[in-house]
Amino acid sequence: MIRVQNLVKTFGSFTAVNDVSFEVAEGEIFAFLGPNGAGKTTTIKMLTTLLKPTSGSIELDGLNPAVKQNEARQRFGIVFQDPSLDGDLTAEENMEIHGVLYHVPHKVRRPRTEALLKQFELWERRKDQVKKFSGGMKRRLEIARGFLHTPKILFLDEPTLGLDPQSRNQLWNHVKKVNEDEKVTVMLTTHYMDEADRVAHRVGVIDHGKLVAQGTPAAIKEQTATATLEEAFLKLTGSTIRDESAGSADQMRQFAKMWQGGKR
Amino acid sequence: MSAIYILWLRELKRYTRSRVQLLASLGQPLMYLLVLGFGLGPVFQRAGGGSYLQFVAPGVIGMTVLFSSIFSGLGLLWDRQFGFLKETLVAPVPRLQIMIGRTLGGATVAVLQGLLVTVVCVIAGFRPAHMATVPLALGFMLLIATVFAGLGVAVGSSLQDMQGFQLIMNFLVMPIFFLSGALFPLDGLPKLLGAITMIDPLSYGIDGMRAVLNEKSHYGATIDLEVLIAVAVVFIVVGAWRFSKIEI
Repeated sequence: MIRVQNLVKTFGSFTAVNDVSFEVAEGEIFAFLGPNGAGKTTTIKMLTTLLKPTSGSIELDGLNPAVKQNEARQRFGIVFQDPSLDGDLTAEENMEIHGVLYHVPHKVRRPRTEALLKQFELWERRKDQVKKFSGGMKRRLEIARGFLHTPKILFLDEPTLGLDPQSRNQLWNHVKKVNEDEKVTVMLTTHYMDEADRVAHRVGVIDHGKLVAQGTPAAIKEQTATATLEEAFLKLTGSTIRDESAGSADQMRQFAKMWQGGKR
Repeated sequence: MSAIYILWLRELKRYTRSRVQLLASLGQPLMYLLVLGFGLGPVFQRAGGGSYLQFVAPGVIGMTVLFSSIFSGLGLLWDRQFGFLKETLVAPVPRLQIMIGRTLGGATVAVLQGLLVTVVCVIAGFRPAHMATVPLALGFMLLIATVFAGLGVAVGSSLQDMQGFQLIMNFLVMPIFFLSGALFPLDGLPKLLGAITMIDPLSYGIDGMRAVLNEKSHYGATIDLEVLIAVAVVFIVVGAWRFSKIEI
């Protein structure tokens, strides 16, 4: 379903993704693991048409997302790592825009919005502007929105960041359910190794833009002679902490906070 | 089509929800209208130009539409920063539709803002020559709004963040306003200034509004109309092209 070959992305002299190749089969849950700044998000951005690769090839359901952008976009859904909601609109309106943009028929949209908002416990607050939501609520809304349409491939970029155990549990149950019932292929990234161990059929470990290991969680543990995926991860990527330079988006957020007096 | 509609609606909802912003945006036009309108009035009268308030009102309305539409285009930068842009960019909708929805939404908001200022102008003493020509003025407002919403999207798509905002303000938006003849008549200008005002699209918009509201015009309403439509097409095409190239 996803096929990536010799993928490279450079920003100036910095190589964010360096010769990465992997495949994800239809109906598989693939966890993409790596320390901060390893190139996970950059890879997902290239898979989801937000960035153009420097070199290498990508196929999503047989389509090259750099060329057949619209066809490729019809096949996937994504929950982003950082916020992508409109704070001035209500939870319901955010869901509605998403439903319209993804061609979810009106008749399906209403009941499904209700079910999802109830499942993620946002139904009572559906008429409130999103900027009044707490961080966790925004995160939940973002996830609920991601499930509004049923794509062939679902990308989840650190979906559990800032979620409480209850919501995390809800999320993974839901991911497993759509994977089993509707054969949705899932590619996810996370920093919680136990989650990856629990839900993923296969994992890939990326570090400094290079894929250093891939296989089933059991195979990776065996290969590194460790008892847990966390230990295996540390063994593969070392224990030094990575610096991630602040991107322009972060700097702008800082600036906006200053300018708006932290209104959003 | 529904994508265009929903994004157009979004711009409108955002506009009607921020009442503070709505009021704040009336401040500047009011200053120009009242302070300049009454302050320069006596001199203008003595110079044989008639009522300055009557003269400057279409200019102030045009200014409001210019600011409002160009900022709505630059609003792209905020959406990029707060992430909503990504949500629209990965959706299975041609980027052209997304750009058109945003631009039409921004243009509609700018026209509403222009109408609001028109009402304020009438309260301050401005009188259109004929009531029947007011809808024509609305048409010119819509054209100005489309031209500059397109320009705003083109510029907004080409910038990474708000750092360049001040630059745009000082070297693009303000010159467009001051060189448009919003505040002074275009007749008998020094050669250089006259030539610059001729390449400023806003000068045709404001001249067009003067043609229908005051029955006084420099270029003539037909030329105004033709130039505005041509420039609108060019800016929308450039805006759509820049928008399709956005990478996050």
